[in-house]
Amino acid sequence: MMIEYENYVAATSVAEATKTLAEGNATVVAGGTDLMVQTAASGRGANTTLLNIRRISDLRGVALDGGRVTIGALTTITDLLTDGVVADAASILADTANRFASNQIRNMATVGGNICNASPAGDMIIPLLVLDADVELSAWRDGAVTTRAVALNEFFTGPGKCVKTEDELLTSISFNRPAEGFVGQFGKTGPRPALEISMVSVGVGGIVDNGGLTNARVVYGAVAPTPIRAAKTEAALEGLSLNEASIQSVLDVADSEVNPISDVRASDWYRRHLVRVMTQEVLQNVANG
Amino acid sequence: MSQMVNIIVTVNGEKRHVSVTPGLSVLNMLRDNLDLTGAKLVCGEGECGACTVIVDGVSVNSCLMYAVELDGREVTTVEGLQSSEKLDPVQQAFVDKGAIQCGYCTPGMVMQTTHLLSKNGKPNDEEIRRGLEGNVCRCTGYTKIIEAVNQAAEG
Ligand SMILES: Cc1cc2nc3c(=O)[nH]c(=O)nc-3n(C[C@H](O)[C@H](O)[C@H](O)COP(=O)(O)OP(=O)(O)OC[C@H]3O[C@@H](n4cnc5c(N)ncnc54)[C@H](O)[C@@H]3O)c2cc1C
Ligand code: FES
Ligand code: FES
Repeated sequence: MMIEYENYVAATSVAEATKTLAEGNATVVAGGTDLMVQTAASGRGANTTLLNIRRISDLRGVALDGGRVTIGALTTITDLLTDGVVADAASILADTANRFASNQIRNMATVGGNICNASPAGDMIIPLLVLDADVELSAWRDGAVTTRAVALNEFFTGPGKCVKTEDELLTSISFNRPAEGFVGQFGKTGPRPALEISMVSVGVGGIVDNGGLTNARVVYGAVAPTPIRAAKTEAALEGLSLNEASIQSVLDVADSEVNPISDVRASDWYRRHLVRVMTQEVLQNVANG
Repeated sequence: MSQMVNIIVTVNGEKRHVSVTPGLSVLNMLRDNLDLTGAKLVCGEGECGACTVIVDGVSVNSCLMYAVELDGREVTTVEGLQSSEKLDPVQQAFVDKGAIQCGYCTPGMVMQTTHLLSKNGKPNDEEIRRGLEGNVCRCTGYTKIIEAVNQAAEG
């Protein structure tokens, strides 16, 4: 089934895009890799106006300014693989991009689209939660563009649901440049090496100190209605010297903290098993330096 | 009634004026409006790569892109690779190595190979496999395809 839109708007500025959204009944398209599949399958997301934001050139690219890294919403997954700031300041983003879909999809898919799609399995969300990222939301209110920042950790409310309102555009994602000694690790498991939607994904980050991590972050995808930060697991990991026995104790906490479901991709017990195996693997990687 | 959007797009080096509805995919525009049937519709969901074309120098799944987005941009399809009667080196390599059986995946494989070689002129086998991970072939078992990419890279 092909979904038809009555109108088409190709915005070239945030002002034009947010004005169109303020008029109501518009569907944003960025890379289209989620939208086209979803609208074809169910009509989900289809409105009367198709609003193409790909021509807003200010919204693409990565910048480092005053210790803060800002990623434009339209930055593609391929861009992350080749970006110098990412490689230097937050290579966990490139490692994640490297596990994302296929070459063709990476060329089209955007970081903003991955977040707004709000899938519990959205891969880029995982390292961005590890990095304590905020998202910037822009809207046309009282005759001007207004913006608000929301912590990514508070952005998602359920599968496909987030706090962004109908008239808001996600314009950028930003985080503080990680401190010296930061390591970040991403892992995901799917049914085949390529084009896999994660059955479980994990992100771990922190500052390496005395054989362990301080300011530890542990994030899981596809084990709850939204990607989650595992606060108890983070607390268990904080400052812990990593060895085989201590890693096992962290895995027990992680196991008690996740609450996966069974679906077409995996059963709940298998996801639990993956949480243990994958967390062990990334922590072992951290321990091995 | 849907608004018709008039776009100007360079297809295989030639400027074309096309009138499309907002929801039309690039793939359907190529096949139905321009009669370029090289790119194939198989899954329609980005999983198989049979619809791969090159837009402004990067490969995309044309089933997942709206035709309206092509306004002012350049598209190359498998029909645009060949000059005069001679196949281009990637096409010729697929023929020489027997990397084609039913042929349904071939236009997508050839376009993705063209993109891969434009970014990495001498890929090793692992890089070839990674580069073609978004393209599915049900016939050849892939070995001949990898040989073809190697020949094209050398040629
Ligand atoms: C074959 C295939 C494989 C895939 N593999 C993976 C994978 O490995 N990992 C993964 O995480 N995902 C994967 N995906 C899903 C998809 O590619 C990603 O979620 C992608 O990042 C979506 O970005 P997009 O720009 O294409 O979004 P779009 O499809 O353009 O948009 C997605 C949604 O977000 C909204 N939106 C987009 N941008 C904005 C914005 N700036 N402001 C407000 N709303 C916005 C749209 O209205 C739409 O509802 C895959 C998809 C396919 C088809
Ligand atoms: S038809 Fe486009 S990827 Fe399969
Ligand atoms: S040759 Fe038949 S699908 Fe590849």
